[in-house]
Amino acid sequence: MRILGIAGSLRRGSHNRKLLRAAAYALPPGTELVEWDGLADIPAFDEDLEADPPAAVQEMREAIASADAVIIATPEYNASVPGALKNALDWASRPLETNVFRDKPVLVIGASTGIFGAVWAQAEVRKALKFMKAHVLEEELPIGMADAAFALNGALLDPAAGERLAELVAALCREVEAPVEQTA
Amino acid sequence: MASTATVPFTGVFDADPVHSSFGFAVRYQGVSVFRGTMDDVRATLTTDGSGTRLEGAAKVESISVRTPEQFRQHLLSDEFFGAESHPEVTFRSTDVKLNEDGTARIEGELTIKGITRPVVGTGTWTAPASDAFGNTRGHLNVEAKIDRTEFDMNWNMDLPSGGKALANDVTLIIDASLLQRAEA
Repeated sequence: MRILGIAGSLRRGSHNRKLLRAAAYALPPGTELVEWDGLADIPAFDEDLEADPPAAVQEMREAIASADAVIIATPEYNASVPGALKNALDWASRPLETNVFRDKPVLVIGASTGIFGAVWAQAEVRKALKFMKAHVLEEELPIGMADAAFALNGALLDPAAGERLAELVAALCREVEAPVEQTA
Repeated sequence: MASTATVPFTGVFDADPVHSSFGFAVRYQGVSVFRGTMDDVRATLTTDGSGTRLEGAAKVESISVRTPEQFRQHLLSDEFFGAESHPEVTFRSTDVKLNEDGTARIEGELTIKGITRPVVGTGTWTAPASDAFGNTRGHLNVEAKIDRTEFDMNWNMDLPSGGKALANDVTLIIDASLLQRAEA
């Protein structure tokens, strides 16, 4: 099973990249997590470019389409989704009827430096994905105070958060094995 | 076994800043608890002919939240402490009861952001005795619950999953290690 990891931050040392790596530690046997690293190359969504989408958009769509499931780790800017991530989701959503997230199992997690752990951004990412008819897990994983949340080896320092992440990754894998149709 | 005579606090005792802590705890996201302390605190327990009084003041700038900067600035802003106009939190007791069974009950007036409200703290006390360094040291442990909105600390947000981001009830947790002041 192949899971695609998307971090919603462009920063090299970003907390959400770390969170994806922490998720990789929690993978069941036979599962791999591959981080998609092309977010910075996605241009602003432009309907005029839709007929011949930019190469970076094509690559993103292929990466999502070929994955069995997706984990999105989002930061939170101004109580909402970072623009670059939302922009990528907007590109991915077109055309809506056949978009690459349709029926795709997706787990949304997030880390922020405040105490709330990107809980609002996660909710908004889930909202957009549900609109795209992805199979989004309802659960959230807010990792707050992210500056102090990770060990040097990238694991989550809070054992309860680490266990929760493992549970959610396992739930995502079950979703791949036995997809449950969502009601519209 | 001989009974131990209880030696009450007499004279003036100052909270030893190294061995005391002045903390708060507030529930957030409905399930988690955020704790912090004020580090720059003066507190004095005075017993004389007119009874026992507890007075204290804490510098808001000494709040233990130092990073992330944005979080610190939010707490110091007018949405919370309004530190620029009101740099100190102060307390003055109106009634101190140190009961024979070791329990303590302290009524007084707490001033935050220039707003004074009555507050009742309960806990335990330990009678002064000689410590390892020849000082006379006693202890007071008190907890009190306040409603932060009564002190014009009104910030909140609706959580995506329902409920509020931050509870209104805040628990104050005070451990004062009290050193007898040398005679002037």
